[in-house]
Amino acid sequence: MGRTDALSRLRSSGQYALELEAVSRHFGALIALAGIDLAVEAGERRAILGSNGAGKTTLFNAVTGDFPVTAGRIRFFGEDITALPPHERIRRGLRRTYQISLLFENLSVRDNLFVACRGVSPHRASLRRAGPSEPAAELAEMLAQAVHLDAVLDSRVGTLSYGQQRQLEIGMALAGAPRFILFDEPAAGLSPSERAQLIEILGALPAHIGYLIIEHDMDVALRVAATVSMLHNGRIFKEGTPAEIENDPEVQALYLGGGHD
Amino acid sequence: MTARIHPAWWLLAALLSIYPILANDFFTLQIGAYSLILGTIALSLTILAGYGGMVSLAQLTAAGLAAYVLPIFGTNSQGVLGIGWSHWLTIPMALLVGASFSALVGLIAVRTSGIYTIMITLAVAVSVFFFTRQNYELFNGFTGYAGIEAPKPFGYDLRAPLPFYYLCLIVAAGFGLATLYAARTPFGLSLQAVRDNPRRMAALGFSVAGIRVLAFFLAGFVAAAGGILLVFFNGRISPGTIGVDVAIDILVIAVVGGLRHPIGPFIGALAFVLLETFAIDLIARERFNSLIGTAFLLIVLFSPDGLLGLWNKIRPKIGPKISRPSLGLAGPQTGKTPQFDAAETQPISSREDTG
Ligand SMILES: Nc1ncnc2c1ncn2[C@@H]1O[C@H](COP(=O)(O)OP(=O)(O)OP(=O)(O)O)[C@@H](O)[C@H]1O
Ligand SMILES: [Mg+2]
Repeated sequence: MGRTDALSRLRSSGQYALELEAVSRHFGALIALAGIDLAVEAGERRAILGSNGAGKTTLFNAVTGDFPVTAGRIRFFGEDITALPPHERIRRGLRRTYQISLLFENLSVRDNLFVACRGVSPHRASLRRAGPSEPAAELAEMLAQAVHLDAVLDSRVGTLSYGQQRQLEIGMALAGAPRFILFDEPAAGLSPSERAQLIEILGALPAHIGYLIIEHDMDVALRVAATVSMLHNGRIFKEGTPAEIENDPEVQALYLGGGHD
Repeated sequence: MTARIHPAWWLLAALLSIYPILANDFFTLQIGAYSLILGTIALSLTILAGYGGMVSLAQLTAAGLAAYVLPIFGTNSQGVLGIGWSHWLTIPMALLVGASFSALVGLIAVRTSGIYTIMITLAVAVSVFFFTRQNYELFNGFTGYAGIEAPKPFGYDLRAPLPFYYLCLIVAAGFGLATLYAARTPFGLSLQAVRDNPRRMAALGFSVAGIRVLAFFLAGFVAAAGGILLVFFNGRISPGTIGVDVAIDILVIAVVGGLRHPIGPFIGALAFVLLETFAIDLIARERFNSLIGTAFLLIVLFSPDGLLGLWNKIRPKIGPKISRPSLGLAGPQTGKTPQFDAAETQPISSREDTG
């Protein structure tokens, strides 16, 4: 590690949960992310806005390592994680949900959450059965309660309703001791009452847990985030408080104009 | 979550235990023991395919390599090698060889999925087959080894019909039950979760490759046990034992039996052995493969979950409603069959980071 790097790590350590430095991601000729600079403080809750295809999900995939970046650097609580495989990033406290649910369809809700809890604990794949008093088993039940799935705890996930699967998607991301969470359109397709539950869950997260949340519904986004970054064509287009963003004429033009390009 | 054991399982256990007393030597060995052996080898594939969603055609190869350990390091009548070590040494060695070989195959195959896993494991199986046929220093080439004897602890011949049947039964039942137990452990659940959604598993902090390789190792151990029994049963081993045609038979046995429960491969093996033994009386030997192929097609067409699925389908119609034997398999029988198509649910581009 060079000295400049050491100094920059020292400066940022603890202060920022997530730092992106000129992060780019190309898909062939398509530039999905074009040099993103982003710094999110520990405990900060920020909404990511942007029209379809703006690069929001790609940004999340870059942070979690689902897709490697084409260029740039990503730091998580001061540590450079750019080259780490996804599971190593998760073990450091990063979590995410997916825009299109990625669940274990043939397992029960309980087992989905149990696996999620074991994933970030030592002996995650042990060959000894876990008793009912095992922490991960208790935690799984607690999470199911938190996301309103305790009634279907032993149902196969493939049989759940769409809304229930979305809620499980969130429950999976809360397992273990998350330090920072990426929510990819968690409210999409939810009923108004399910939306209210979602807002309640996000509000109940301990203050030290920060998150990024991609959300098309401005009402939801502005209620659960203190800051906003607006993405457009793979670049950060605007940053500010919700009020600033909402009243920004350029943002308004983009949103009203459909904003595809 | 202690599962109650359905009475049908006790009945089956009782039946299997008294079977050799009722049957003659031929039925005890050629049908009973042989089905248990083939079932054990196919169980190895069931573990990988049913629980892990990975179809490996190299599991018979793992069994065969384990089997080769016995004449090479133990004794044989071929006058080649045969170091003469005792079974106490060669059997554990064979188990380790089978498991390690399978883990090695896993290491190569874990980066692939669906049809590519099948292709790579097939390639491994074919190369090992030709290698054993051409290599005389270690494998004694085309001839292979004969005169391989089962252990005789305290002068008691384990290869006699009755003891051998019970040996096979203990090994088969042991691994079957161990599979049921393991399915509900954190590892077993992780493996099924990897089958359902590898990308999400990584996003939960699991090393997907690690879980898959461990599954290959354990499955290889099971296959090796089957291979050891097989070499005691036949008394000989040659490249023909691990040919691709036989590897396909193992695949057919596992799929026809049903991948959703460890009893599946044993049902499949029994059906296969019965057909192989008695179809000869009805049709010419060279038609046998057509018969197996047709049976395979029919069963896969009408019951994607194999004979096991067929049983689960007709049972509600033939008897009073009895609760399903819940020995604690996580993937319920009502669920959909694991998909092995190449087009996995994950986007293509998510593969490039694992490549
Ligand atoms: N795996 C991929 N392969 C090729 N192109 C991709 C891939 N993933 C995303 N893209 C492209 O990158 C661009 C950004 O996509 P991304 O999914 O990040 O958009 P988004 O902001 O999340 O949009 P939405 O609001 O529709 O979810 C799009 O043009 C998309 O077509
Ligand atoms: Mg998106």
